[in-house]
Formats: sequence, structure tokens, C-alpha cells
Amino acid sequence: MSEISHLAVRELACARGERTLFSGMNFQLRLGQLLLVQGGNGRGKTSLLRLLCGLAQPLEGEVHWRGQEIGGVREEYHREMAYIGHVNGIKDDLTPLENLRLSAALAGRHLDERTAEQSLIRLGLERCLDLPARVLSFGQRRRVTLAGLMTAGAVLWILDEPLTGLDVHGVALMEGLLRDHVTGGGMVVMTTHQPLSLEGVATVPLQVGPVLQPQED
Amino acid sequence: MLRFLITVIRRDLLLAARRKGDWLTSQFFFVMVVSMFPLGIGPEPEMLRRIAPGVVWVAALLASLLSLSRLFADDHRDGSLEQMLLSPEPPVLLALGKALAHWLIYGVPLLVIAPVLGLQFGLQADVIGVLMLSLLIGTPVLSLLGSVGAALTLGLRGGGVLLTLLILPLYVPALIFGAGAVDATLAGLGPEANLSLLAAFAMLTLMVAPWVTAAALRISIE
Repeated sequence: MSEISHLAVRELACARGERTLFSGMNFQLRLGQLLLVQGGNGRGKTSLLRLLCGLAQPLEGEVHWRGQEIGGVREEYHREMAYIGHVNGIKDDLTPLENLRLSAALAGRHLDERTAEQSLIRLGLERCLDLPARVLSFGQRRRVTLAGLMTAGAVLWILDEPLTGLDVHGVALMEGLLRDHVTGGGMVVMTTHQPLSLEGVATVPLQVGPVLQPQED
Repeated sequence: MLRFLITVIRRDLLLAARRKGDWLTSQFFFVMVVSMFPLGIGPEPEMLRRIAPGVVWVAALLASLLSLSRLFADDHRDGSLEQMLLSPEPPVLLALGKALAHWLIYGVPLLVIAPVLGLQFGLQADVIGVLMLSLLIGTPVLSLLGSVGAALTLGLRGGGVLLTLLILPLYVPALIFGAGAVDATLAGLGPEANLSLLAAFAMLTLMVAPWVTAAALRISIE
């Protein structure tokens, strides 16, 4: 079963306005693998991730999920996929707990209060459970989003810079989450500019644009 | 599917309840605009009675436009719109749910305020009844058509003004039949013909607008 590539990309091309960001991209990802998308600013990492989750349409090429084009299996694909973008997708007027339960309800899942609370506590938000998200810091809001990711029960995580705004403990926590998810048979596609220690995780690198060399003085 | 629709509506009602300021602004705007006319035109009862249907209807259009620019913009900014579009449920239900929630939050209060404003213009009880009925049928049209405009202008600079230019012409049939029903009652004719046409227009909008909104959202979010 694990030999079947669940996520496959064929001859993918993406353009922003007049400029082609990348073309002829091919890769496959199996269960239990993490795809680390690398590349400089403006090379199309975010665009690639948005193509993968179906928020944007490719110029050319196709994205396949379990052997079928994602447009054709939209419902199943969205049930098994969770996406975190640059913005957190949480409402400022609701508490973290309400946010989590609302996102679950909108995704057609039932999330009981205890499970939601436990995931928030695991992410170190035990003192903010009843505060509106408006008063939380940037990093704390990111943690609420990550708690939502934990409870989503998705197979495929598509994460765009998930470490932004997280402190050292937050990064360590995230590494733990990624490791648990991938070794437990999940899949991750992520971008990050921060160093991440992922020992024991089957990591597949993907380069978008030229490899960045540190500049010498 | 129905559960998703209800969840979307309940979500927007909950958010509106947490932000009463936004909600009250629109209602006060409606009252203010309508109240300006007697002050500007003068207190002749006959004249006021004649302009009342049109004034109330135009004010309702403007009040709904005021709140429409935020229909998707807030959700777009904080990323929750993307997340809702990634839900397994079809986007057309999201579009329908958002429009219905907008009607419940901003349209229904107009129905409650309108009779009071009608009294201010010296309308008879039966005319006020027709005014309310025309608003009951007509205000969903404002929310549904408005959601199309809100989705099309999402993320554009100066989107609010563009929204007004796009949507006001589409509101014209609702305005003509809605105000026309009240006018006909004032003139001693029955309002049935105008109300039927308004209802037909509302049905047509209900069938078409959510699909167009869903398509526009997909384009705007790319």
C-alpha cells in the first residue's frame, strides 16, 4: 500500500502575471514522507502550495491524489488534506476553543470540547482558552492554528511557513508534531526558512528556483 | 449539506453578535437617510406620503451596500475564507449561506424599522403592510445580488466604490417593483402585480446568484 504514491505532480507550471515561476515540475510523495520545499523569496513556493491544495489553478500540468486529478475528487481530497497559509484563518472575535470547534464544524467534523481543549493545552495555550483571539500574540494565534491542524485528522498537511512567529519551544513542539504525523503514516508538504531538526523523518527535498548560496563578503 | 449551510449561517450570526457596532451602524444609517428627506423637502403631508415608498426603498439599498463591502473582506483578510473554500462541501453552499446570513443580520432589521419610518411619513396601516411585504420579498434580493458584487470586488483597492457601481444597476428591478407595489396601494390599485414580479425576480436571483458568487470567489482568491 505504501508503495502507491498518494500525491503526484505531473509537468506542473505556474505563472504570476507575465512571469513563469516554474514549469515542468514533477514529484511524487508517499505515505510517511515529508516534502520540504526550498527556494528563495519570490520563487513560487507559496504558489506551488496553493496549487497543491486546489486554491489556485495551474498554468499547465496536473496534481493527482490517489491516482486521480484533484479537481475530480475535490470532496475526498479536501476531507483528507489540511492547509495552513500565511494568515491563520482564525476569527479575532472568537476564543481559541470556539475557533477550533467552528473550523471542525465547517469541515464537516464533530469536535468535542474536551478534545479541542486538550489540543490547545498541548500547544501551551492553557491560559488563553477563554480569551478572544484578538488579544493573543502573533505566535499564540499561530499555535491556535496548529492546534486546529492537530485535531483535523488529515492525512496530508500542506504547511506554508508554519514556524513563523513561533518561539524556541514552539519550534520544538512543531518538530514533534511533524515527526509524529509522518512516522504515523501521514504526509507533509511544507516550506520553511528556519532550520528544522527532522531526524528519523523521511524527508524529500524539492528545490524551486536556483539553490541559494550564502553570500561572501 | 444542509448542516454546512446552517453552520455557515450560525457562524456569521455569532460573529455579528460579537460585533454589535458594525451591525448597529447599518441600521442607524437606514434611519438617518430616511429621516433626512422630510427635513430637506419640507413637512407637507401629501408630498411626504408620495415620496415615502421610494425613499424607504432607496435607503434600504444604500444600507445594504454599506454592509456588503465587508461580507467577504473580513474573512479574506484573516484567511478563514480560504479555509471555508477548502471545506469538502461545495462553495455554492458557502455563497448561499453567507448571503442568507447577511439577509438575517442586515435585511430583517430593516423590516422591523420600516413601519416606524412609514408612520413618520404619515402612511396608513395597510400601506405600511404592503411596504413591509415588499421589503420582505425584496431584501433577500439585495443580499443575494450584493454577494455577487462583494465576491467580484474582493481584494481590489477601492472595492467599496466599485461594488456600488456594479450592484446598484442590478438592484433597479427590485427598486421599481418594490416601491411600485407601495405606490400602487397608495393610488388605490392593488399591489399584487408588482409583488408577483418582485417575487419572480427574487426566485431568479436565488437560483443564479450563489453560483455566480462561488465562481467569483474562486477567481478572486487566486
